[in-house]
Amino acid sequence: MQEKTLLKKGKLKKRSSVSYSHWGYFFILPFFIIYIIFSLIPLLSTFYYSFFENYRIGLTEVGPNFVGWANYKKVIFETEVPRFAINTFVIWIIGFIPQIMFALLLAVWFTSNRLSLKGQQFFKTVIYMPNLIMASAFAMLFFTLFSDAGPVNQILVSLNFADKPIRFLTQTITTRGLIAIMNFLMWFGNTTLLLMAGIMGIDQSLFDAAYIDGASSSKTFFKVTLPLLKPIFVYTLMTSMIGGIQMFDVPQILTNGKGTPDRTSETLIMYLNNHLTSKNYGMAGALSVLIFIVTAFFGIFVYKTLMKENSIIGGKN
Amino acid sequence: MKRFILILLSLVTLSSMVFAAGTQETAEKEEGKVFNIYCWNTEFQDRFTDYFEAKGLVPEGVTVNWIITPNADNAYQNKLDEALLAQDSASDDQKVDIFLVEADYALKYVDTPYALDVINDVGLTEDDISGMYQYTKDIMTDSKGNLKGLSWQACPGGFIYRRSIAKDVLGTDVPEEVQAKLNSWDKFNAVAKTAKSKGYYMLSGYDDAFRVFSDNAETPWVDANGKITISDSIENWIEQTKTYTDMGYNNKANLWSAESWAGAAEDGKVLGYFGPGWFIDFCLAPAVLDDPEGPKTMGNGSYGDWGLCKGPQGFSWGGTWICVAEGSDNLELAKSLLYTMTCDEETLVAIAKDMGDFTNNVESMEEVANSDYKNDFLGGQNHISMFLDSATSIDRSTMGPYDQGMTESIQAAFADYFNGTVTKQQAYNNFYTDVMEKYPNLSK
Repeated sequence: MQEKTLLKKGKLKKRSSVSYSHWGYFFILPFFIIYIIFSLIPLLSTFYYSFFENYRIGLTEVGPNFVGWANYKKVIFETEVPRFAINTFVIWIIGFIPQIMFALLLAVWFTSNRLSLKGQQFFKTVIYMPNLIMASAFAMLFFTLFSDAGPVNQILVSLNFADKPIRFLTQTITTRGLIAIMNFLMWFGNTTLLLMAGIMGIDQSLFDAAYIDGASSSKTFFKVTLPLLKPIFVYTLMTSMIGGIQMFDVPQILTNGKGTPDRTSETLIMYLNNHLTSKNYGMAGALSVLIFIVTAFFGIFVYKTLMKENSIIGGKN
Repeated sequence: MKRFILILLSLVTLSSMVFAAGTQETAEKEEGKVFNIYCWNTEFQDRFTDYFEAKGLVPEGVTVNWIITPNADNAYQNKLDEALLAQDSASDDQKVDIFLVEADYALKYVDTPYALDVINDVGLTEDDISGMYQYTKDIMTDSKGNLKGLSWQACPGGFIYRRSIAKDVLGTDVPEEVQAKLNSWDKFNAVAKTAKSKGYYMLSGYDDAFRVFSDNAETPWVDANGKITISDSIENWIEQTKTYTDMGYNNKANLWSAESWAGAAEDGKVLGYFGPGWFIDFCLAPAVLDDPEGPKTMGNGSYGDWGLCKGPQGFSWGGTWICVAEGSDNLELAKSLLYTMTCDEETLVAIAKDMGDFTNNVESMEEVANSDYKNDFLGGQNHISMFLDSATSIDRSTMGPYDQGMTESIQAAFADYFNGTVTKQQAYNNFYTDVMEKYPNLSK
């Protein structure tokens, strides 16, 4: 009886079950505070500053003067940004194709029950290793290896593959190729692990069924593995693409910040970095916003086109 | 485990915020306890250690804090500018006390309030600085006539040649006789041809002769209206370097690259390098040693197999000035540093004799030139006497605040032209684009 009245007054119910759910917010609070201070505010101020003329001549500051869309017009029509965008894309794609192919192949091999490869742990560690080296150190290493008097040239000449040293860093193809190879080496291990996780998430009985039905391994790969791997595949493609658009450290170090030869290996972010000399916030801001829009556009485009059909697969099935 | 790491990370971030805020106090009237020096390599640090710290001139309890950022790509200036602009709000121990500037961008800092007047603010006397080469003072004098920085070196340059190769190509390695065969660009080019026919390179790469031409430029890089001008002298460098590259007179090495130094090693094929005093002792001498830890004597690599002559055209290259930053809390120490390193004749003579650097005192240099001083690296030559005339005739009136950016851009843009990747016109366009990215206030 007493209980009932208390219940009515709503006192007992509150005490009987203590809710801990709000503590969750406290635990994620540090992330949001740091995110807002170090990411969101700078992001929004980038938009804001892109409408101003604001740079330094020596130690004197020019601006900020509001100039509307002038910076955007300048970036699009008066600079060589489209060229740098193409450079970035070309270098990314020649690194990405071997990267995804190797990664797929290795992921399928490593996860195959029928192959059951020995020493998997060892190989997984080894292929991931290049990713642990700092990109700048890696670029420096390649710079030394492939310099005119470097070890690679010495080997090529002594084995008579070349009659005189190949000047790798003065030719467009070789410079771009080296950057792509470095990106490939650094990232294929990471991609392999991601794809492996994706493949291991696929129901094993499907592979067994395909095997019993007499499907060849290539058929299993194309008809079972690939379609079911799509969500992870799209994720890999998108992260790699975003990483590609932001390519900076490897070409910057390899070409000494100049994008040599003839700026054919100059990427968008390297160009952005050039504005650091005069602290040109306006132009750099406008360029950053444009890169942001392009990245978002490509991201949505890739996601929409690849995930259009059979949305069931990505779901709980 | 992951959660633990996350908590740890957020704790670290939070605590760094708290502690960063906590160090803002400690304002004392006495000299500061931390002496911050901004520079771009260890050249000054070495001299500081040997000639200032070793004499016990750093007071007890003062920590010397070196903030070294490389010059290339404007990195040093970016770092220094940030620090100087934040000078007012920085705590005393964080404030810049001393910063070094190089000839290529010294003017950027001279006419600003960030560098103190060494006479009126720091407290040196006119008498202290009277012995210096005039040009080193002219550069650092601002529009109001205040002197904003001092240097321990003067930087006349010469042609540093390999004695054994000179003997083979020219038949002599005596500086005066070599000079007689190289005293004009026509003769220089002719020797380059002979050198090539004997399997040697006249120069190491594209940029080696650049400073000879740029220092003799008739016009500054940027005129009064902010228009970029390329002087005839620079055009000559482009012409000459293209010819040298196409004829195989140079080794196509980039300045400061491993290839370039390899050309100076014992089995190197490069006849010579253009450079001033600091280039000899700080750059070339360490690079030619076979055993870097071994004794610096004849026989270790190509050490001692070098000679110096004036070359086809006199020039100067670089130079480092010491500036005292406005807001420094170590003025006494700064004054004593400036005095010892740039005014004290004893120190200057010692630096010249020990290091081979050409130091900034007319009388001391004459004294060393007339002494029995021998430079081991240069095969016993007294190279100070060689530099003596050039030093008094240095004229840096075409110097500007944009020189470093211009130099880096033109060398990079035209490397493509020399390599045959682009046409001359494209190289010019690339140069203009590059420069206007760096300095949006300039025009073509």
